Amino acid sequence: MNLKNKKLKKELTVDQKINRRNFISFATFFVAGSTAVGGWKWLYNSPLEKTGITGGAHKPLRRALNKTELFFRNFFSNNHEVKTYPKAMAAKQIRVNSDVGINDEGFKPDLWQLSVITGRNEILKITIDEIKALPKTEIIYDFKCVEGWDQIQHWAGLRFIDFIEHFKLTELAKKQYIGMETPNGEYYIGLDRESALHPQTILAYEMNDHPISLEHGAPLRLIIPVKYGIKNLKRIGTIGFSDKRPRDYWAELGYDYYSGL
Amino acid sequence: MKTIKVIKEKHPLVMRWTHWINFPILGIMIWSGMLIYWANDVYTIRLFGHTFVHFFPEWFYNALHIPHRLSEGMAFHFLFMWFFTLNGFFYIIYTIISGEWRELVPQRKSFKEAWLVILHDLHIRKMAPPQNKYNAAQRIAYTAIIVMGFGSVITGLAIYKPVQFYWLCWLCGGYHLARILHFALTLGYVFFFIVHVVQVILAGWNNFRSVISGFEVVEEKPKIIVAGKALPLTKIVQLQPRHEPKK
Repeated sequence: MNLKNKKLKKELTVDQKINRRNFISFATFFVAGSTAVGGWKWLYNSPLEKTGITGGAHKPLRRALNKTELFFRNFFSNNHEVKTYPKAMAAKQIRVNSDVGINDEGFKPDLWQLSVITGRNEILKITIDEIKALPKTEIIYDFKCVEGWDQIQHWAGLRFIDFIEHFKLTELAKKQYIGMETPNGEYYIGLDRESALHPQTILAYEMNDHPISLEHGAPLRLIIPVKYGIKNLKRIGTIGFSDKRPRDYWAELGYDYYSGL
Repeated sequence: MKTIKVIKEKHPLVMRWTHWINFPILGIMIWSGMLIYWANDVYTIRLFGHTFVHFFPEWFYNALHIPHRLSEGMAFHFLFMWFFTLNGFFYIIYTIISGEWRELVPQRKSFKEAWLVILHDLHIRKMAPPQNKYNAAQRIAYTAIIVMGFGSVITGLAIYKPVQFYWLCWLCGGYHLARILHFALTLGYVFFFIVHVVQVILAGWNNFRSVISGFEVVEEKPKIIVAGKALPLTKIVQLQPRHEPKK
């Protein structure tokens, strides 16, 4: 029946064909275009996430950041080392970009001790001399800020994996995340286990062959070349281990939690 | 002699879709890229110690509400990079498999002919060289824009993961050069866009419509039918549709 009807239909004239195809194409164009505009408005005006471990980003965008992290973490490898440079190329004046968490007056570096949270109500206290007594590792590499600038800097200290091994924290360091905070708790970061245990991650106490200055995080700061500068915590107060993501200062303010390079 | 209207197929469906999908995505990538660039806006054009252009002046940032939106810019950029890449990838695969690349990629004569096309477009020369779907200048421009898109993905990845994709970073001439190239390519898109829109306006409705509905309408002299064969009276049409009109 149907076939017969089609055959009986008169063939369309050229003008009819033109009109018909124009109509279909332009209707599709405007429907798709309106959908796109609507979709964009929805995304642009989508609510911000409730601040928890992360905050400050539009909800769908945060989901995208987290999914994108999962994809790119597949490419992470301890064999991918940050490029290093000769000492002569290191900046004499190391850029200071922030003092969040280390701006309280009256901080006495001499009285400082590192606290490692090893269990419920269990804290391991470590002095700077204990850390300095262990083998020192130097790194001269291109420090990269999330803002877009970078600088070749010279740091030295104890490799984080050596630290973990020496203080017998290997079991604890099997947890998925490591959190660090300044003594006053005003700046804090969370690191995925594999980035923290990367062979170039360092607990630094020297820069340009001299002790780290206060504004750079004396007496002990984190240098983690596989992350943006925002994860390179100055003046480490406490270190903790967790299977959940620890709180992170910039992730609460809309930045990617991972922020890996 | 009277002419008749003929539908001539021009742009395949996939080309039209990917073209129009790319347009807003590229817009979002450029905008979110500016939100990111603002946080370290160090690029200038300097000659003989004099700064001619600073990217970008304060009034420009303020007019577009760019300042202090780095994290937002990154969040948008790292979502839409997927769509930009996938759409471009799909277009390239299609163009290769369908054979459309033959209409697109510059031929040996294109580079010489492109000058003649430009001279013609500037009304300096009367005749334009004969062409198929695209003229020589279009072949170069439209191929270049695809190569540029590929370049943006590569340089972007090099800046995004300079440690994990250290070889890409090396390939781009290092972190600094990769960022400069990524930025310069964006300026290239803006330049392309301006020329493209002017050309589309000058080319007129028939041409513009073909990127939406796929065909152009041309006036042809009628053909004499001899024993079921169509014989062209005169050869006025250089463009022969490679794809038969859909029946």
